[in-house]
Amino acid sequence: MLKTVGARNIDDLFSDVPKDALNPKLNLPDHKSEFEVERHLGAYARMNHAAGDGPFFAGAGAYRHHVPATVDHIIQRSEFLTAYTPYQPEIAQGTLQYLFEFQTQVAELTGMEVANASMYDGSTATAEAALMARRITKRKKVIMAGGLHPHYAEVVRTNEELIGDTVLQAPATPGAGAIEGMIDDETSCVIVQSPDVFGFLRDLAGITEKAHQHGALVVAVVTEAVSLGLLKSPGSQGVDIVVGEGQSIGNALNFGGPYLGLFAARQKHIRHMPGRLCGETVDTEGKRGFVLTLSTREQHIRRDKATSNICTNSGLCALAFTVHMSLMGGKGLREVATLSHENACKTADALEAIDGVEVLNDAFFNEFTVRLPKNAGEVVDQLADQGIIAGVPGTRLWPGREETENLLIVAATELTQDSDIEALADGLKTALAA
Amino acid sequence: MTNETFTGHKALQLEVPLLFEEGSYEKCGIDTPAPSGIKSRLGGHGADEQVNLPAFTEPQAMRHFVRLSQKNYAIDMGIFPLGSCTMKHNPRLNEKMARLPGFADIHPLAPEKTVQGALALIHELQEWLCELTGMPAVAMSPKAGAHGELCGMMAIRAAIEAKGEGKTRTRVLVPESAHGTNPATAAQCGFSVDQLPATEDGRVDLEAMKAKLGPDVAAIMVTNPNTCGLFERDIRAMADAVHEAGGYFYCDGANFNAIVGKARPGDLGVDAMHINLHKTFSTPHGGGGPGSGPTVLSEALRPFAPIPAIVKEGDTYRIIEEETGDFAKSFGRMVAFHGQMGMFVRALSYMLSHGADGLKKVGEDSVLNANYVRVRLAEEMTQGYPGLCMHEALFSDKWLKDTGIGTLDFAKAMIDEGFHPMTMYFPLVVSGAMLIEPTETESKQSLDEFCDSLLALARAAKAGETERFKNAPRFAPRGRLDETRAARKPVLRWTPPNPEAMAAE
Repeated sequence: MLKTVGARNIDDLFSDVPKDALNPKLNLPDHKSEFEVERHLGAYARMNHAAGDGPFFAGAGAYRHHVPATVDHIIQRSEFLTAYTPYQPEIAQGTLQYLFEFQTQVAELTGMEVANASMYDGSTATAEAALMARRITKRKKVIMAGGLHPHYAEVVRTNEELIGDTVLQAPATPGAGAIEGMIDDETSCVIVQSPDVFGFLRDLAGITEKAHQHGALVVAVVTEAVSLGLLKSPGSQGVDIVVGEGQSIGNALNFGGPYLGLFAARQKHIRHMPGRLCGETVDTEGKRGFVLTLSTREQHIRRDKATSNICTNSGLCALAFTVHMSLMGGKGLREVATLSHENACKTADALEAIDGVEVLNDAFFNEFTVRLPKNAGEVVDQLADQGIIAGVPGTRLWPGREETENLLIVAATELTQDSDIEALADGLKTALAA
Repeated sequence: MTNETFTGHKALQLEVPLLFEEGSYEKCGIDTPAPSGIKSRLGGHGADEQVNLPAFTEPQAMRHFVRLSQKNYAIDMGIFPLGSCTMKHNPRLNEKMARLPGFADIHPLAPEKTVQGALALIHELQEWLCELTGMPAVAMSPKAGAHGELCGMMAIRAAIEAKGEGKTRTRVLVPESAHGTNPATAAQCGFSVDQLPATEDGRVDLEAMKAKLGPDVAAIMVTNPNTCGLFERDIRAMADAVHEAGGYFYCDGANFNAIVGKARPGDLGVDAMHINLHKTFSTPHGGGGPGSGPTVLSEALRPFAPIPAIVKEGDTYRIIEEETGDFAKSFGRMVAFHGQMGMFVRALSYMLSHGADGLKKVGEDSVLNANYVRVRLAEEMTQGYPGLCMHEALFSDKWLKDTGIGTLDFAKAMIDEGFHPMTMYFPLVVSGAMLIEPTETESKQSLDEFCDSLLALARAAKAGETERFKNAPRFAPRGRLDETRAARKPVLRWTPPNPEAMAAE
């Protein structure tokens, strides 16, 4: 091959690279065999306590639901796993059709008219929603509810402040909350999460009415997609954009990624939407087919005038979501959501019965906040030594904020067992007595 | 004899209705224990009805999605020569490792002491990425290449603001051949974009660039090797010039595969570069994501890196989630949690399997394969720029002049021959561009089959066999799709058929 290309040696092909920079000495080991790699990485894996290893109650934006075996089999099919973005639609109808099915499922779940083909995750989808609202309203002020997941709030802030916009957030305290008073005629959008990070359920209709009076849009955030199976949809409450984290349907915890950003909106705003969109059309013989569409919004056509710099979605995670949703349908999702809710109710009852533990939520879906009589981070650490992941302590989400020190956010799903709840309650009793 | 069948199926090509047309609203494909019926605590927020979505049984779901899968082309089926996309083989060991419960089944906010192995893995990957790029720091959280660009440009913006130049340094120089994400990212960071012209040999015009530099320039964003598949020979002079003018050098690392193990951006004057783990380090593209875009940073930009960061203190690994101490100047958080762990496992699995020796070979073989394709195809096709290329070979449509056949037609005819087409009409600097990146994982046999077929097609085009191209693809699951119609009247979701129309039937 070298001869064909007219090179004497391989480095002839690298002749444009500065000589002294070519072939650097790398302080890295040489290659390992397959079983040596398995051994090396397996040792890391064994150092971790997996969620399935014991009682597990962590949530706060990432949830452990059951993923049917079918899902993982389908997403490992070569034709899905090792395909590229469907730039040649005639040989990518598999990907395009499931994206169309995904968009329909997301629109239906959120109660919205249209959805895109997914974003990186819930937090970046939220930041993109704020930018979209800015394009629509031509205003530069974002109001965030106090119950918005703090990571999401920080991501919005990072993106908005970059372009000189104002970002205001109500205090992050459980249950506090009227933000209606913060909305004014300069407000571009109001970002409200429900269930919020403390597990409180918000009345989106009331906020929407107030926001619309001021010409502002409402962005509803859902970090637990399974909740859409049991709660009134954000779309039915009149909001303008719904964004969310789709991980809890079809996708594993994966230590935080890859996850799946959901993004749904009203039909009238589709040309302002970020991200890929899949649309229906016909081929030369009139047969139905699907293509990526409205790409004149996107960076490869519009460059610095694009709606977003995004050039990918979360394709395979969207497939996992679509397959899992297609196995559940509205019926199965409602069953999973009901079980998750019931298990959370049982957990709340068990914790409430412990002296000094206060459940702060009257209503919740599968997650709620308790106030402990001592530092929640220390309690969580203590219970972790017994193999119990008790939840997410407030200080983990709001480092350095003393008023969250005793708060513990507890989540349950259909996988939570009565014995897990007992173990948590017993462990907590002991930890608090010490 | 007609080409149509009664069913619409054609042997192994099976037509697939939408799941909404096949599924049931009463049945479903999962079984759950019966609810206990305890009193709900939804406080009036519950919906009365189930969501209006149908379900499959498990066998129905398998058939639906397996049949769909068979309408896709994939790297596991054949060469996928998309330029700038680095479609290489995805080793299955990576998939197996990523699915170990110790990685897949851990929560991002689990107590640090319960996830030391995950943090150790990320830390080791950080060390590999820094060593391979010759850079002192890396931000792991960006979710994809474009997100990594955003990370690098946000760090640059923060550095400029720290010097009190936030209001004055507002311009970013981007070559006209750049990926669209570069100008879009610069704009998303509030910068204005100024285009850099190219020289006749397809590289950034150094003198023109110098002439554009000034106290208002924040950064240059340059891809190297560039999108024409060429190494920017003047890269150090470019870096020196922009640094002298007080700006920063962002390098788009999309094409890092060409130089991995062979040259390090850190030795060439780069301040920030994203790395697409889904290109160079073989994590699967998955039909359009998820990607992963860790971004390496120079000493100058390191203080501004985003949180979270994974650090080692003694024998313990920690996640820094607060903007204090060493991270007081951080530009903040760009994503919830800590990045694409699933991709980190796959990428490290790939790196360990290749090692320093194997990764060098990756760079070498990717460049050798591209040059082999370049030389062989130049027999009939016109190179975008003369001379050697790096990991991808660029052709223009000049050789198709007067045939009535365009780049699109040629690409669609490749589909009929059993190949995925190359990148078309990009970069924009070459007329009817065809950008071919074979990657190092194609054998000589595979490259020869590919080149023989393209040369045969090229000769057919020149011989006036227009039908073969204009009607292509003829053998794909669909003929050419009407993209104009899709965009003019967008149908972005399934809706139930109009009941009145159904009643009239």
